[in-house]
Amino acid sequence: MKNTISERVADFLKNFPPFNILEGNQLQKLSYEVSIIYKENNSVIFTENEEPHEYFYVVHKGAIALAKKETTNILDICDEGDIFGLRPLMAKEKYKLEAKAHEETILYAIPIKEFKPIALENKRVGDFLIESFASNTRNPYSIKHSGKLYGVSNNTDTNPENKLLDLQPVRYSTNLVTCSESTKIKVVANTMTINNVGCILVVKKNLPVGIITDKDIRNKVFTGLVPITGTAKEVMTSPVITYPKELTITQAQMAMMKSNISHLCLTEDGTPETPAVGILSKHDVMVAIGNNPAVLMRAIKRCRSTKSLRSIRHGVMNLLRGYLEENIPIRLVSKIISELNDATIKQVIKIVIKNMDTEPPVRFAWLTMGSQGRAEQLLNTDQDNAILFEDVPKNKRKETTAYFLKLGAMITKELNTIGYEYCPAEMMASNPLWCHSLSEWKEVTTHWISNPGPDEVLLSSIFFDYNVTYGDKKLTDELSKHIFESVKDHPLFLTHLASGALQNPSPTGFFRDFLVEQDGAHKDFFDLKLRALMPLIDAARVLILSHSVKSINNTAERYEKLAELEPQNKEFYLACSYASKALLKFRTIQGLQHNDSGRFIALDKLNKEEKIKLKRTFKTIKEIQELLQVRFQIKNILG
Amino acid sequence: MRLFQKRKQQDLPTFWKDYSNQFKDKLPVNINENQFVIFDTETTGFSFDRDRILSIGALKLINKNILVKESFEVYITQTHYNADSAEIHGILKKGKKECITEIEALEQFLSYIKNHVLVGHHVMFDVTMINEALKRNGLPKLKNQTLDTGLLYKRTLLTSPVLQKKEQYSLDDLAEKFSISKKDRHTALGDAYITVISFLAILDKLKPKNLGDLINKQKPPKFGL
Repeated sequence: MKNTISERVADFLKNFPPFNILEGNQLQKLSYEVSIIYKENNSVIFTENEEPHEYFYVVHKGAIALAKKETTNILDICDEGDIFGLRPLMAKEKYKLEAKAHEETILYAIPIKEFKPIALENKRVGDFLIESFASNTRNPYSIKHSGKLYGVSNNTDTNPENKLLDLQPVRYSTNLVTCSESTKIKVVANTMTINNVGCILVVKKNLPVGIITDKDIRNKVFTGLVPITGTAKEVMTSPVITYPKELTITQAQMAMMKSNISHLCLTEDGTPETPAVGILSKHDVMVAIGNNPAVLMRAIKRCRSTKSLRSIRHGVMNLLRGYLEENIPIRLVSKIISELNDATIKQVIKIVIKNMDTEPPVRFAWLTMGSQGRAEQLLNTDQDNAILFEDVPKNKRKETTAYFLKLGAMITKELNTIGYEYCPAEMMASNPLWCHSLSEWKEVTTHWISNPGPDEVLLSSIFFDYNVTYGDKKLTDELSKHIFESVKDHPLFLTHLASGALQNPSPTGFFRDFLVEQDGAHKDFFDLKLRALMPLIDAARVLILSHSVKSINNTAERYEKLAELEPQNKEFYLACSYASKALLKFRTIQGLQHNDSGRFIALDKLNKEEKIKLKRTFKTIKEIQELLQVRFQIKNILG
Repeated sequence: MRLFQKRKQQDLPTFWKDYSNQFKDKLPVNINENQFVIFDTETTGFSFDRDRILSIGALKLINKNILVKESFEVYITQTHYNADSAEIHGILKKGKKECITEIEALEQFLSYIKNHVLVGHHVMFDVTMINEALKRNGLPKLKNQTLDTGLLYKRTLLTSPVLQKKEQYSLDDLAEKFSISKKDRHTALGDAYITVISFLAILDKLKPKNLGDLINKQKPPKFGL
């Protein structure tokens, strides 16, 4: 039996083991029995010690976090195509972990009743399951399905449970880059460069016979020992030191130290007599140990697809969690995390440009606005971005705009894939309103500055925090210069901007109690962003603009700069700087705890200390608002 | 024809009476206790009196759960044929699919939907199409409550001066927003699938308190205090 939907399910499943081993009609039959389940963020699929369901699950879209109950220590994240919750069903035991939606997720629930006979009947399916249970990896056969992409480590999930590292199996690159003994050295070097790898395997009849690393080329070719016209055979290190693929991280480290090598070749049974299944580099081990921004940075830069970037993002979140647990200063944390975020977006743009039919016709800059532009984006929140491109002759304008709109649409889509939500107000480069040439942007900003109505003020307050993530800085410098000049010509704009900054609702009521939302999806929650962070952010922007200070976007840093510029108010500005850092940290911790943006806080979940901390910042907010009122004589325009 | 329209209750076929009787029960207040039928029709065109239904596809949503085998898909034998539109939908007058008559399709559809809430993208078009078909067969109109994902989606968008809302959002817009693959677009069941995933994402955003609240949310927001 089948229908359009079951065909759709089968079409998805056939890409992933063990379903790819199934025969067509088996898969059709199985797909027909599937339930499609929608899970909102943070909803539980099953919990520890729960009786096994009648189904096991495959992630169709989204991600599932497996963890011990009531801890934030995620043991594993299941991504698209991963199976979970199967072992307890096969073993008829209770679930050992809790499975929770890590984001909005669609699952395929497959009834065990229908699946078990197939697993028993089809030996290869059975083998897959036994092996995956034994080795604890979800996909031990990945090498056979990984296609022809080279050199990218297949799974860069960092593992948060580093206490158990000794026992954890390593994840290695299954995308082997190989050559034969007779390959010319120049070709070898080219292959390595193209694939961005530091080592290549020399194979003969599918068996590994040697290995060439960057070091081999340096030591043997550059020193003149082997001519550049030589072959792989002359430079390779042979025989290859091989290990079985069921290696734990500690074993791998020991092996590398013992033989003083940086790459291990993993083969089917651990001897050079069986085909190689993967290469494990020191880098892979480092990534597995994780918690090192440099390693993550390199992993990001080596990514060739947005899908692999997505799993690195999970690593970045773990790093963030670790930093906050260890109480590392928030300024340092936000610097590091923003750098990683920045690199991720850059890499996405690089990948997209490569996939476009043609190169960008002129120079352009990718601007991130809002929190990301201010380097205050620690959690994955919405994307706010824009494109600024060089002016073109009139007859080229239409096609150039069309090109960049398309580019913008593709980039925002890929960013969405790796976890940045679309901006609900469509402030994205895919929107014609946010994708302009330099002279168009100049016109737009001049319009905002010379006609500062409420909308214009709102738009400028979002846009003016832009930061160049990718592309030409000169273009944005020119735009910034233009903006400062326009502001000088229209002093009234600052007054309006300042009054805009005062429009944010107050955090506390008359009796110094928290004001919570009265209505909507977040009723009775405290809106940390709107009521506490925004007033500080908005005030910092107005003040820094009034001093014509360029290129400081971060709110805390803006206050520090202000402290420097106005020594008479030094103490006060430093308090503002402290408050904005404290609130950012608060929001981040809340967000990590609840796996959301941290914007809405359930007050009854806060302890006394947290509440006091929050309230302390409110005093500062009140004072900065008073300062704006006096300095920019807001009363005049409101009155 | 006039005679048909004035047909009395007792003259109606049993399947209609069975369908109709189910509306004596009230729908559950709690959203998750409700069953929703997400459906879509493919038609020969957009004219209610001239065009005909080619196929109906529907899915049942129970507690955020869709059973694949419980989906509904029928193709209707065409007596009226419009060449232009058949090309879009890839359903030819005599396609490979097994076709049934209009009245058979309606009978099966009514017994599938029962008294559940009908959900569709621009659902009034599909409902009217079905009502026209019912009328041709001497039957009264559908009695189900309806939900339109087009209207509901609009309510998930910000009311912000910087966002220019479109007058209408197509199913393609929704598929893109919620990253749903547009495979099987323009088959009734394929479109129903895109609609149901959008519907679930919309529910998550709107967080309605109960069924009545959800139905009310289709109306444009009230302003002022």
